[in-house]
Amino acid sequence: MTMTVSRREALALSAGAVAVLAFGSAGPAFAKNDSDDLIKAFTGGKTPTKGKVRLDLPDIAENGNTVPLAFSVESPMTDASHVTDVLIVADGNPRAGVATFHFSPRSGVAEAATRIRLAETQNVIAVAKMNDGSLFMDTRQVKVTIGGCGG
Amino acid sequence: MPTGRNATRRDLLQFGAATAAALAAAGLDPGGWTRAFAQQRVSEADLLAFQPVGNVTLVHITDIHAQLMPVWFREPTVNLGVGEAKGVPPHVTGKALLESYKIPAGSPLAYALADVDFEALAKTYGRVGGLDRVATIVQAIRAERGDRVVLLDGGDTWQNSWTSLATKGQDMVDCMALLKPDAMTAHWEFTLGEARVKEIVDSLGFPFLCQNVRESEFQDEVFKGSTVVERGGVKVGIVGQALPYTPIANPRWMIPNWSFGIREKELQAEVDKLRAGGAQLVVLLSHNGFDVDRKLAGRVSGLDVILTGHTHDALPEPLKIGKTLLVASGSHGKFVSRLDLDVRDGAVRDFRYRLIPVLADVIKPDAAMAATIAKHRAPHAKMLAEEVGRTETTLYRRGNFNGTLDDVICEALIAERDAEISLSPGFRWGPSLLPGQAITREDVYNATAMTYPAAYRMAMTGARLKEILEDVADNIFNPDPYLQQGGDMVRVGGLAYTIDVGKPIGSRIGDLTLTRTGQPLAADKDYTVAGWASVNEGTEGPAIWDVVFAHLGRKKTVAPTGASTVKIVGA
Amino acid sequence: MSTPAPRPRIRLDKKDAKKGDLVEVKALVSHIMESGQRKDKDGNLIPRKIINKFTCEVNGKVVFACDLEPAVSANPYMQFKFRAEESGKVVLTWIDDDGSKIVGEDQITVS
Repeated sequence: MTMTVSRREALALSAGAVAVLAFGSAGPAFAKNDSDDLIKAFTGGKTPTKGKVRLDLPDIAENGNTVPLAFSVESPMTDASHVTDVLIVADGNPRAGVATFHFSPRSGVAEAATRIRLAETQNVIAVAKMNDGSLFMDTRQVKVTIGGCGG
Repeated sequence: MPTGRNATRRDLLQFGAATAAALAAAGLDPGGWTRAFAQQRVSEADLLAFQPVGNVTLVHITDIHAQLMPVWFREPTVNLGVGEAKGVPPHVTGKALLESYKIPAGSPLAYALADVDFEALAKTYGRVGGLDRVATIVQAIRAERGDRVVLLDGGDTWQNSWTSLATKGQDMVDCMALLKPDAMTAHWEFTLGEARVKEIVDSLGFPFLCQNVRESEFQDEVFKGSTVVERGGVKVGIVGQALPYTPIANPRWMIPNWSFGIREKELQAEVDKLRAGGAQLVVLLSHNGFDVDRKLAGRVSGLDVILTGHTHDALPEPLKIGKTLLVASGSHGKFVSRLDLDVRDGAVRDFRYRLIPVLADVIKPDAAMAATIAKHRAPHAKMLAEEVGRTETTLYRRGNFNGTLDDVICEALIAERDAEISLSPGFRWGPSLLPGQAITREDVYNATAMTYPAAYRMAMTGARLKEILEDVADNIFNPDPYLQQGGDMVRVGGLAYTIDVGKPIGSRIGDLTLTRTGQPLAADKDYTVAGWASVNEGTEGPAIWDVVFAHLGRKKTVAPTGASTVKIVGA
Repeated sequence: MSTPAPRPRIRLDKKDAKKGDLVEVKALVSHIMESGQRKDKDGNLIPRKIINKFTCEVNGKVVFACDLEPAVSANPYMQFKFRAEESGKVVLTWIDDDGSKIVGEDQITVS
């Protein structure tokens, strides 16, 4: 017997084969989104120092629509010395902005977790601002894969 | 691990000595025990011979892939390692593997571990595996070692045969229950879907351990992460690790509420909790894959033993990373690992290991297990035995690129689905067939039986095809093991390409050519592609086994030569 | 476009704390988080509708806040800690693009 393919079947497959992302079609790799601009606006043009911030993201996203993100910033979180804000950007999404977290000494610690959308393999960047104006950062790459074929 | 390769060499030598000593003690020729049996059959006693040591015996089986019956199984010719894993076990195959472990050519272990002279040795030693043979070995070890034995199943147990598909894993669950394992972990089990997995786990009678599976919303545990058993006066902590990339490698829609990942931090916490609770020996029952476990062993402290699974590697000796012993026990019921440990004052003082090849003609079947297997097979036996074709050459799957069995499937997809190109998943499961053998329905099911078998047909551009090949290649050849998912390269029909495994994603794959015309693929041109095992929900098409049956029905006989359309560079 | 009524789910890791203890909060709310970058079947942009601000107040004092962008996943999840200073209401507020608020409450007792 020969298998016949209905037009409907072929169409359903075409649609199903492409990961459906909340951003719509990711299209060709974005050369550069507005991540630099957002960081500049947040830092006032100062260059953050690497360190103090620790970003935690999976090496490979299970699902680009919901990627767990956590971060923590080393700080005593006292009135004298604390983290005020943490900016999170993603350099491969259509737009870089992800979230800005706000802390105070009442937070006790500067750490938080959420879940984010990543359209493709890219870097996620966290920049922390201290009450004395000093700035720190961390970067993590997350791989977003088509999947399948394992086993 | 900057000195990884040197350390590995040194460890190999140490373990070689330990093994030789063990065998000498068992009355066998040290360093070449198999030589005496090379040209004749071995006995069950020979295969089980072991000079016991210590107070705990770990028995490990993994990746049975629902193979209740003995099978032929040819090991890979090509199993490339990248980065620090380049050229080191388990990325050593064939003659090089035998030489590095000083395993005599033609010995039972050589037959079981390498593809060298596979067809000839298959005639000498026969089929491998069979859960009734595994049962005999487990019972013999228990009879000898009494309450010191811990039996652990590394997962990929409940799926990938016809009967396991038809019974939603019940045949395997019932048969494994007779073995009385102390715990298991999982991967393909999850392709039965959340509801069925929960249903089985609730009545399993032993722990289903997955520390790295969490409910997606608040990250609560779905299954137990660990368990403690007392054996030989030793508290043994066992942590289970499911395949971290299950929702990527297999359909996420089947397990929508569960999240996976390696979860190193949580694993460390689990190990620390067991130690704090008095565990003197901590074992990771892992479905991570060998290279992931090798990296993990250097990063998670407090693990005495990792029983690895997923990548189907079989090593004749444990590999030592720091203080952690890595044991690789093969697949398809072909091996049973026995690791005796002398645990004192919370540390492993001594150990002895044997990778026992399950030669089905040598090990006698256990009657109770054989009866349970027969009961589950009875309703399907006649259908499964039906001949659907013949093969003139060896059909096998295992290897980084197309095996001959994959070639048959890829050819069937092109012919029956009227496609220009076919794609077939790089599954490592699926037994082999010998030249001149009839191909039965069961043989086809053993290479294809799974819960998302639809053989799709669709248009893909040349650019999309390259993107898929690049994506899968990076999942196998990324130098960071934590970015590897296991499995092998997607199999192709009607398509030739070059792969440079040493390059980064996006630049490994080149020279894509449509073999039918000899023309290079055009990036923006549509090609008709047939494939199966899509992870996308709602994929439509006939089941892949029906495609293969139809093809064999018309061809009658197949004879794939194994000639590859893939050119490998940089390996 | 109607969306299901948002229903926050809040978990505190402790209800009774000693002064100075860290209290962990996990919170989820059902929300589409429509990015404003997707197109419908006819090719028209689906208008953005997201939660753009989240705050946590304990006894009326803000202890944690976050500005959200469309890159935060649907059904936004927030996990954070605060230092227990005094007993009182823990009030979580999610603010939608349309100005509507979703409010969830819990209680902490500090001794």
